[in-house]
Amino acid sequence: MLARAVTFALVGLEPRRVEVEAHIQGGAPSLTIVGLADRACQEAKQRVRSGILSAELEFPGSRVTVNLAPAELKKEGSGYDLTIALALLAASHQIPRNRLAEHASCGELALDGRLRRVGGVLAVADGARRAELERIICPYDACAEAALAGIEPVGVRHLSDAVAYLRGELEPPEFVIGNGMPRRRPLDLADVRGQERGRRALELAAAGRHNLLLGGPPGTGKTMLARRLPGILPPLEEEQALEVTRIHSVAGLVDPDQPLIGYAPFRAPHHSASTAAIVGGGPRLRPGEASLAHLGVLLLDELAEFQRPALEALRQPLEDGELVVARAVGSVRFPARFQLIATMNLCPCGARGDPGAHCTCSAQRLARYRDKLSRALLDRFDLVVTIPRAHALDLQGGPGEASEAVRSRVVGARLRLAGARPKRTASADELLTRAVERLPLSGRGRAKVAGVARTIAALAGSDAVLPEHLAEALAYRAPAELATP
Amino acid sequence: MFLRKRDLPPLLLAIHDPPARLYLRGEGDAELLARPAIAIVGARACSPYGAQVARMLGRELAAAGVVVVSGLARGIDGEAHRGALETKGHTVAVLGCGIDRDYPAAHMTLARSIAERSLIVSEYEPGVEPAPWRFPARNRIIAGLCAATIVVEARERSGALITADFALEDGREVFAVPGEITSALSVGANALLRLGATPLTAVADVLESLGLEAPRVAEPKGGPLLDLLPATADELVRKTGLSAGKVTAALAELEVAGLAAEGDGIYRRLA
Ligand SMILES: Nc1ncnc2c1ncn2[C@@H]1O[C@H](COP(=O)(O)OP(=O)(O)O)[C@@H](O)[C@H]1O
Ligand SMILES: [Mg+2]
Repeated sequence: MLARAVTFALVGLEPRRVEVEAHIQGGAPSLTIVGLADRACQEAKQRVRSGILSAELEFPGSRVTVNLAPAELKKEGSGYDLTIALALLAASHQIPRNRLAEHASCGELALDGRLRRVGGVLAVADGARRAELERIICPYDACAEAALAGIEPVGVRHLSDAVAYLRGELEPPEFVIGNGMPRRRPLDLADVRGQERGRRALELAAAGRHNLLLGGPPGTGKTMLARRLPGILPPLEEEQALEVTRIHSVAGLVDPDQPLIGYAPFRAPHHSASTAAIVGGGPRLRPGEASLAHLGVLLLDELAEFQRPALEALRQPLEDGELVVARAVGSVRFPARFQLIATMNLCPCGARGDPGAHCTCSAQRLARYRDKLSRALLDRFDLVVTIPRAHALDLQGGPGEASEAVRSRVVGARLRLAGARPKRTASADELLTRAVERLPLSGRGRAKVAGVARTIAALAGSDAVLPEHLAEALAYRAPAELATP
Repeated sequence: MFLRKRDLPPLLLAIHDPPARLYLRGEGDAELLARPAIAIVGARACSPYGAQVARMLGRELAAAGVVVVSGLARGIDGEAHRGALETKGHTVAVLGCGIDRDYPAAHMTLARSIAERSLIVSEYEPGVEPAPWRFPARNRIIAGLCAATIVVEARERSGALITADFALEDGREVFAVPGEITSALSVGANALLRLGATPLTAVADVLESLGLEAPRVAEPKGGPLLDLLPATADELVRKTGLSAGKVTAALAELEVAGLAAEGDGIYRRLA
């Protein structure tokens, strides 16, 4: 007596088909799982047995072998529980075998037979749709997520619901798909007083998806500004939203009621985070913060406090927009086209850039501090600005311009940049040439200035990049002394 | 090279005792002296406010096509010349010594810049050393070359007041910049105001008296910003009311021109 059920394993973000075969033979009662199952997956034995009994179904009283094929694919985690249980029930004739074969399934079983959601349901559902399976049976609170793949989900709260559905005794329950908007209102720029240049740089960063570094003394509002970038970004396109949601799903980070992430994601890892946590990989091949920030924003607050290896590891995704992790089974790709925003003090004591304070850092200490930041990384920032302490009059003044107004300008500029991009006039070209002669500006620096100038022109609604646009862009170049070569 | 009495510009020739000769140094054409001109004079040890006003007046008058005349002294005089040099306009320095003397020595470079474009003039022969008793006489030429004289800051019984006296005697207009009543530097200008001098509140006041129009407000190209340095970009936004983008663009142009540099967010003047 053999029965098969289908589910999908994840290799990085990609679903790979897994056949779960349950074979019931004569002999002393036992349950064996074969097929490169990790520890959590092996523990399915206890959960499946307990779950089946709790559902008042029959657990086979003889030798049972469960094979997860293909064998070379690693099976990790508790997401195979439901599929294993269903294959077993079909092999023991408690549910129709043919009907089961038309369904994909996934989910973790609690000891009482209830279902728990697992990460990566969207990817499994993607796999099921591509394999042209009819429906996917999944935990009820993963329904909305699975439905994003364009396949009909059957949400079940308990193993007995799944059984009733497969026996044709129960219709799939209704569920609600969210609207893709964030639950919490993003932080608003109206809270920031003064900081006109900081605001301007933030707006340019948003319009041109430029990487932005905010330097300056502590307590001037750098973090405050940086955290307000998401609030002035346009929403994601539908395809992009799905791409982002897939990554977050694998990390188990989607909101059950609001699974679609239709807005630019924002990630702000702490500076103590490991390299693996930031760029991803690790033994279980999870997306890191850089991938979770794909098509959104990665904030590195207090940049110089991060481990240098972690920062260096970010250079690849900053260049290529993805992370490639080499594995025995082949390389795994995680998209990581994020926008980087970072803050830092200008020296260890923080006094630099503060006219009212005196820097007490020794030359060595300053050198060591700047050593954290390689020239190569600094070169990835298109915009570098120093945020001074706001003037008392500004701090007492009324609220600043609200994010909504800034965002509508950003949306306008994005449209302009997507169409016929503004071109430099001859006089702007001439200014750029003069600037290259006079200012320390690398080849990469020159290209960045040109790109930022285009964004400035687009924000100004201009069809051409004029000298004034180029001049402003020049002011945001990375100062040479901020990092070691 | 010098002008004989009969070749002197008409305004100078019209004063009570015109000089017998006027020695000229510099690339500027002698014809410069016949153009509409305004004198800006004041204290050598002036306040930062006085310096700023003198510079601004020098710049805006020169930009409007007026020749700015002064005495190359430290303080107000020097600032007025500098302001004019920041534009494409002209400025004339009248010395109380030979035109080959660099007096004061601290203004050697300034003198050279003036000579590169405009004129340095004196009634004294080359080689004549500077001496205090020659300065009042020099002041009559400053006032004489000009349709109007502006006193920016002046102490009681100062050289600037002597220049104003000459101007009044020759029937020229005198403007005074109102000052704080508590400052010794304001005594002279405020006394002139009490005597009926015209208060100067904007460059347009002066230009009108010459029948000239103020040029359209100079673009925020940096000139005005340069005077406000050192400052952060945000301070300049607050002080000028310009947008952050405009201020930033103007500052970068100053950097490219080698006039300013940024360090840790603070922009400073170079040279
Ligand atoms: N420009 C500003 N407008 C309003 N509040 C400010 C501003 N700058 C600083 N603050 C206040 O100071 C706190 C610290 O600011 P923060 O952004 O953490 O500074 P930084 O990151 O530069 O050290 C903020 O939470 C806010 O309350
Ligand atoms: Mg901070």
